[in-house]
Amino acid sequence: MGLFDGKRGLVFGVANKNSIAWGISQALHEEGAELGFSYAGEVLKKRVEPLAESIGATYVRECDVTDDVAIDALFADVAANFGPLDFLVHSVAYAPSEDLGGRFVDTTRRGFSIAMDVSCYSLISLAKRARPLMPNGGAIMAMTYYGAEKVTPSYNVMGVAKAALEATVRYLAWDLGQDRIRVNAISAGPIKTLAASGVSGFRKSLNYVGAIAPMGNVTQEDIGDAARFLLSDWASRITGEVLYVDGGYNIMGAPDPDKME
Amino acid sequence: MAEKETFERVRAIIVEQLGVEPSEVTMEANFRDDLEADSLDLVELIMAFEEEFGGEISDEEAQRIASVGDAVRFLDSE
Repeated sequence: MGLFDGKRGLVFGVANKNSIAWGISQALHEEGAELGFSYAGEVLKKRVEPLAESIGATYVRECDVTDDVAIDALFADVAANFGPLDFLVHSVAYAPSEDLGGRFVDTTRRGFSIAMDVSCYSLISLAKRARPLMPNGGAIMAMTYYGAEKVTPSYNVMGVAKAALEATVRYLAWDLGQDRIRVNAISAGPIKTLAASGVSGFRKSLNYVGAIAPMGNVTQEDIGDAARFLLSDWASRITGEVLYVDGGYNIMGAPDPDKME
Repeated sequence: MAEKETFERVRAIIVEQLGVEPSEVTMEANFRDDLEADSLDLVELIMAFEEEFGGEISDEEAQRIASVGDAVRFLDSE
């Protein structure tokens, strides 16, 4: 028996086997969930398809989450060929590389708009279309990062986009509460993913965070385990929350002097 | 480190990552043109090199790595 036997959900944001979304997918698959996947573009297709196949998932569709027509088409297809949804996982973020790193004050209007559109507005647009497919309620989960709350040099415009995403989670939770749809986010500690490789100096900050966090750096599996709970019926009235899965990094005010070099 | 040993380790990563035959991975092979790597393959390769050899390869350094030989020489010099 799994927590997600008989449950069906869509996952946005698997890029490769290191993706946080893939860690979540594997955990939900272990719990019996039926998963469908959406990817953006050919380059990702050849990566997502074999992963989906490895867990017996056959519903894999392209969707550009910045294009409302494409999202409409995807959800029409979901309704016709996949079925009603119990959950949706949003693990999508992007900012142009020139706006990740360097001086924050140099953030371009274009970079700002793209980061907000891909990383934040997409959650609203996907939630809007998922709602009618969740007639018995459901759960939506997004991925965020501590850089939304505290300044994380190099994360720059993405920190601002994640702050907007966290606020969006709360507003959606309010609005969709009447539909018995829960909306939450996991604030994951840094993990070496394809997306993280776009953040300059990532490995150094990974080591720094790992040294300060009471339980060290997190893994894909840790995020998957939290998702098992947050998306399941065991989290029945938890909504609008941002759950830290960060080894405890966010509680620390200073590093342990015994661990300092 | 001996360049030959670095080459062997680099080749193993490339074979695994790109699904090519070991014989295709020569010092002269260009990732994009000869080994048909796409833009994400290149990022994934850089990540795999960092994992295997430790340290961080900056974007500027990564952009100068076009061939297997470029990667081997860079990693060997680190």
